[in-house]
Amino acid sequence: MVKRIDCKNLYYRHLNKIIQDEAESGETEFILDNLNGQRYLGTGINKAVNITVNGTPGSDCAVFMNGPTLTINGNAQDMIANTMNMGKITVHGNVGDVVGYGMRGGKLFIKGDVGYRAGIHMKEYKSQIPVIISGGTARDFLGEYMAGGIFILLGIGSDSEIITGDYLGTGMHGGVIYIRGDVENDTLGKEVKKLDIDEEDRRILRQYLTEYSQDFGFDVDEIMSKSFIKLLPLSSRPYENLYVY
Amino acid sequence: MKSSCYIPSGCSISAMMSESGKRIDGRAITKSIALMHDRSNGLGGGFAAYGIYPRYAEQYAFHMMFNSFEAKGVFENYLKDHFYIVHDEEIPTRPGAVYEEDTSGINIEYGMNPITESPVLWRYFVDVPGNRTQFVSESEYVFEKVMEINSKIEGAFVASSGKNMGIFKGLGYPEDIAAFYNLDEYKAYIWTAHGRFPTNTPGWWGGAHPFGLLDWSIVHNGEISSYGINKRYLEPFGYRMELKTDTEVVAYMFDLLVRRHNIPIKTAISALSAPFWKNIDKMPERERKIITAIRQVYGSALLNGPYSIVLGHSRGIVGFNDRIKLRPMTCARKDNMLYMSSEESAIREIEPNPDTVWSPKAGTPVIGELYEEVE
Repeated sequence: MVKRIDCKNLYYRHLNKIIQDEAESGETEFILDNLNGQRYLGTGINKAVNITVNGTPGSDCAVFMNGPTLTINGNAQDMIANTMNMGKITVHGNVGDVVGYGMRGGKLFIKGDVGYRAGIHMKEYKSQIPVIISGGTARDFLGEYMAGGIFILLGIGSDSEIITGDYLGTGMHGGVIYIRGDVENDTLGKEVKKLDIDEEDRRILRQYLTEYSQDFGFDVDEIMSKSFIKLLPLSSRPYENLYVY
Repeated sequence: MKSSCYIPSGCSISAMMSESGKRIDGRAITKSIALMHDRSNGLGGGFAAYGIYPRYAEQYAFHMMFNSFEAKGVFENYLKDHFYIVHDEEIPTRPGAVYEEDTSGINIEYGMNPITESPVLWRYFVDVPGNRTQFVSESEYVFEKVMEINSKIEGAFVASSGKNMGIFKGLGYPEDIAAFYNLDEYKAYIWTAHGRFPTNTPGWWGGAHPFGLLDWSIVHNGEISSYGINKRYLEPFGYRMELKTDTEVVAYMFDLLVRRHNIPIKTAISALSAPFWKNIDKMPERERKIITAIRQVYGSALLNGPYSIVLGHSRGIVGFNDRIKLRPMTCARKDNMLYMSSEESAIREIEPNPDTVWSPKAGTPVIGELYEEVE
């Protein structure tokens, strides 16, 4: 069975309650039509349900999300995947600022661009590694204070050779950022270094990009045919002396 | 007239403009800002509308708020001494009115928030007597009087003072403010709107956005951390900060830089939301020299802190962010319409299929300009 909900004039608290209750009683497939601006979608469901969104979800979409698969046919606003723990989101459009804030697990696949501070303070623990892939471009402060996880930026179809903004990886102390193409050295944050990718990186990239390409209908070989660089933190504890008196 | 309530958190802004000068009633902008109800907390809402008074298009329209009829009397004596009053009337309101359209079911969840109490709200359409402008321009004369009213007449505040425009604001949620002022009965080619969530200053009728002076109006989400520096800079130029909130300085800053110092709006924004020095160093020589000069001359005009702002004036709207994008802003176009909002969904609520949707780069203004005459 598929539960189809017309979200027109449905307040976010009601909508999320309906989805949570139905999921609790065994429903696994949801289609949300006419969604516009409702916040906190997909939160509070500790199950692997599928939710398809036709519309523009509100801010903090998938906050604390723990299990569901969200397919968003449209753009998403700010703060998507905030502190997300498990599950997967595919966005067939662009997303706003501060995406994947403190994300600690799961996948966030975006067909288009990300805004400012994408991947801020992502973190990882043992095998729990969050992955964000953006097919487009990023604005300033990509991977700010990043503590773990993988961020891949592709710049597919971008007019410009440079697909990142300024202050790349400022304060980064864990995880890795892969960028297709290159970045300008004077946009690097003080806490990161730029490196060429190795065979292990290529294996990781191919693994995630194969799934990503299937989701959005890209050709993984074509994506992989262009060179990548990676950004790694210079130190795992860049501020260890900052507060020492 | 004042509330001592203090609740910390964000705001919402929305703006729409017909660049071809078509006038649209206030229902669409209300619907847009109503979708972002949860971004405000009922301690301030307001709208600026351009093109609403074609009958008195040549007069300065003073939208006034009075604490009492006594204040109104004092103000009217002052006004008669300094202007020709062509027409005056009470601003029509509907006390107890609420926004009835149930955007996203909020009303069911939280109930209605009717506006029942208000200050005395009156509007005056005035001409500047010809003999008063021998040594000072007309706009300068009106500016001086607005500052004098706000600072010297106890309990009287000028909400707006431009021609063929007006600001409707107060204490409440923006959609209820719209119902209170009957905004469905006004037609404008530019609408800007604000839902307030006051953080550092009291919520009160005069402190709601938009802020207006002459042709300018400002709606602002965020906080001007440089308020003190900006205020001290403006005061010697005759500006009086009387409205107990940071946003006021933004309106006055545009008035000073653009109207009085004749700087193009785009250049003024490079003073207010200035590029970082490291980026200025990379600019081509001519641009670098101009921006360096602007930053040197107008260092104290720099707005620091997180903000997204929409400036309204009779020829257009300008949306811009702080330099590192600490507040949201999304823009969209459809045919001759330009939209700007804190959230994309608030645009899609009134224009589901825009031609383009984009988030402007921090510090880079998005400019809407009237290219035809107003209908």
